[in-house]
Amino acid sequence: MRTLIKFENIVKEFDGTLVLKGINLEINENEFVTLLGPSGCGKTTLLRILGGFVDQTEGKIFFEDIEISNVPAYKREINTVFQKYALFPHMNVFENIAFGLHIKKQSKEIITQKVNKMLRLVGLDGYEDKVVTLLSGGQQQRVAIARALVNEPMVLLLDEPLGALDLKLRKEMQHELKKIQKEVGITFIYVTHDQEEALTMSDKIVVINNGEIQQIGTPIDIYNEPENRFVADFIGESNIIEGKMIEDYLVTFDEQNFECVDYGFDDDEAVDVVIRPEDIDIVTPEMGKLKGVIRSSIFKGVHYEMTIETPYRDFIVHTTDFSETSKEVGLHFFPEDIHVMYKMGTY
Amino acid sequence: MSTFRNLVKPYMLWMGIFIVIPMLLIIFYAFTSEGNSVITVKFTLDNFIKFFDSVYIKVLIKSLQIAFVTTIICIIVGYPISYVIANTSSKVQTLLMLLITIPMWINTLVKTYAWISVLSDNGIINSLLVKLGLAPISMMYTDFAVILGMVYNFLPFMILEIYTALAKMDKGLIDASSDLGANKVQTFQKVIFPLSLSGVISGITLVFLPSVSTFVIPKLLGGGQYMLIGNLIENQFITVGEWNFGSAISLIMAMIILISMYFTRKFDQDKVENGNKKEVKHA
Repeated sequence: MRTLIKFENIVKEFDGTLVLKGINLEINENEFVTLLGPSGCGKTTLLRILGGFVDQTEGKIFFEDIEISNVPAYKREINTVFQKYALFPHMNVFENIAFGLHIKKQSKEIITQKVNKMLRLVGLDGYEDKVVTLLSGGQQQRVAIARALVNEPMVLLLDEPLGALDLKLRKEMQHELKKIQKEVGITFIYVTHDQEEALTMSDKIVVINNGEIQQIGTPIDIYNEPENRFVADFIGESNIIEGKMIEDYLVTFDEQNFECVDYGFDDDEAVDVVIRPEDIDIVTPEMGKLKGVIRSSIFKGVHYEMTIETPYRDFIVHTTDFSETSKEVGLHFFPEDIHVMYKMGTY
Repeated sequence: MSTFRNLVKPYMLWMGIFIVIPMLLIIFYAFTSEGNSVITVKFTLDNFIKFFDSVYIKVLIKSLQIAFVTTIICIIVGYPISYVIANTSSKVQTLLMLLITIPMWINTLVKTYAWISVLSDNGIINSLLVKLGLAPISMMYTDFAVILGMVYNFLPFMILEIYTALAKMDKGLIDASSDLGANKVQTFQKVIFPLSLSGVISGITLVFLPSVSTFVIPKLLGGGQYMLIGNLIENQFITVGEWNFGSAISLIMAMIILISMYFTRKFDQDKVENGNKKEVKHA
């Protein structure tokens, strides 16, 4: 795949605080990329810099190998779906979607044709004359997507577009957005703080915290091989344990040695170890690698979330089997369920 | 609830005594002829017929013209000022809006007298011109002086209204417009200006209505011979003593104002209502 966008050492300062601390990132053609991080991590700022609404303090942006740092927003081949939709209240659905085409002075027939095609794509046929302010949140969202896509941009930026929708609608729209992206075949750059949303839709996830990229990878990489404590903690639930790498394929924590699949650390290097709650099996005390007592068990729908107290720490375990609380049990996990990570300096 | 409703009663009494009864009296006077006593009341339309004389019609047209020109100037001057203010930082905005509104705290009479000392034949401007060796210009008692006085007095209302419309506009819309390829001029034409129209329209109402009926400004800056509809009414009541005719002119004025308000309001609401109708059609 060809590189479409390249961020080179992007730094952004707002009133003396560093919001972005040197972002280097490449985005390919036809990719669904998600910028994921907690609020205030700088992900929206990065998106707004790419859209041309904010200037970076330092660094360069390349679009198809041409620097666009000084190109104003209206000249960039990028369109945006804004967080609060930003639909024009004095125009109806049709006029909103046709706005960009009108600006480009396209003919009436072409505009009508393209707008109708977009309305079909987002499932709003027959809504062209409606007043946008009277539409539901989900419908406004679709208009905003159509308004951006009708310009046939090479990149679509989406700034937490589903934040205002209820859970069911949000899930529906997640699948629909993914479908639309495949249909139009362009790059989507999606900003969200919702890890589940990111895992569902993305080809590539960029995890950002405190203005720095923490990890770039596919959803599976990010989930299964978190690079540090922050990523492990932010994506899904985890048991994060301080440990020590004795040698390749052998890690120690809670005064016990465990076989693992990780290597390449210094001998006796202090590390963080992640075990995902769903990777831990509850077995009889004799069979377990660790022993503990079930302190609580909460029904979550598909699974129970249990807190199991061991002499050193509480483990969170997800299991579909019911067990009584206060029962002594064993915890079992396989070597590949242990993920060893470098310690973070700052976290 | 009923206790709250009772709180309205003093206001209703106040409004009854000071607004409704005087209005009814004006209507009564307008439709009766002079010399009524408690027993004999003579209803007549003569007062209205009298108004449709070319002398009075000319005064009416002149008043509407002056008010119209004042309103247009207020829009042309007020819009750019409001636009600039709305685009400054919020601290500067507060300060500038305070400066704009401060003149509104001063009585119109005082402000108009101040203009006399600026514009009169030996006022500030002419003394300066003479000092520079130029010929003095006679500015008092002209349309120019009257319109200047009106613009000065009513401009803050226009600025306030337009500024409010611009300031409450979602800045995201401007981002969206430029995102969709519109440059600054196009964004202004297609997004900012149409969305600020409601402010312009309420500004027009707030400037046009007082301009059409003011009598202090034309009296002081236009001189004794200068006659606008407000002066005409004032004269009928105070100088001539024809309360019946004065009341009739007041009613005619009130009708004109009501009609013009109806049209400006209608123009403002048109878009929304059209949209609603379409909505119903589809649903």
